[in-house]
Amino acid sequence: MLVATLFYVFSAILVIAAVGVIGARNPVYSALALVMCFVTSAAIWLLLEAEFLAVVLVLVYVGAVMVLFLFVVMMLDINLAELRQGFTRFAWLGWLTALAVIVEIVGVVWAKGALGIDVHRGAAPTPADYSNTLALGEVLYTRYAYPLELAAVLLLVAIIAAIALTMRQRAGHKQQDVEAQVAVRAAERLRIVKMDPEKGA
Amino acid sequence: MISLAQLLTLSGILFSLAVAGIFLNRKNVILLLMCVELLLLAANFNFIAFSRYLNDVNGQVFVFFVLTVAAAESAIGLAILVVLFRERRTINVEDLNTLKG
Repeated sequence: MLVATLFYVFSAILVIAAVGVIGARNPVYSALALVMCFVTSAAIWLLLEAEFLAVVLVLVYVGAVMVLFLFVVMMLDINLAELRQGFTRFAWLGWLTALAVIVEIVGVVWAKGALGIDVHRGAAPTPADYSNTLALGEVLYTRYAYPLELAAVLLLVAIIAAIALTMRQRAGHKQQDVEAQVAVRAAERLRIVKMDPEKGA
Repeated sequence: MISLAQLLTLSGILFSLAVAGIFLNRKNVILLLMCVELLLLAANFNFIAFSRYLNDVNGQVFVFFVLTVAAAESAIGLAILVVLFRERRTINVEDLNTLKG
């Protein structure tokens, strides 16, 4: 009962936040609503006993990806009025598509026997000493060891690509030239001037 | 008790809201990227729901990889966005017409 109530509350928050993401006037509010989406999703994943992924969702998405989004949104000086233009022009098409997708998915899910399994039962309870992280780690580092390595390489590629894309040399940019500094000789920097000594008065 | 049907309905609603968002905000690249994140979240919901109800941890492994790819995608997407803004001073999708597509 408690679990069901929590699920309904979190689902309501999730759907409202998703509407906020697509409808907010300012991209900053959209990004914050998306953060709300991720946090409530993590809560629902906790109810489904996917604890590891719930924590990863908060750490990786809320902690890293959404901060990146917010940085970019605030860094770029966007003309919002121009981007909002025509927001309502295709709105009916968007809502119609959304309605069609909802009707189709709900129809398939709630149709009798369409998925081949009983969709209305609850999940089997897990044993008291079940550890989600342990279970995930056991398959991740044995059966999925090779895909895991590939995922690591993919992240490396993403880092290098992101840095390579955004790095640039500005014209007239003043930068330290270490090589020239090390190779410099005393004769290039120091000039000894011969002067007549001053006569005492 | 949460039933599988309720979870699949929730993820369906989330998915279709994200699709509607792509229709509504089709000029703003940042919002398009955010809607793609929402789509992936809805897909992950299905993976986790089925993994729980079929008692199969492999579905959660798949979510793990989806999260990895989505993080890489948004990092590169935002980098491209920053470069684009530097070149064109706009992020309007309709101004990206160099390829006459």
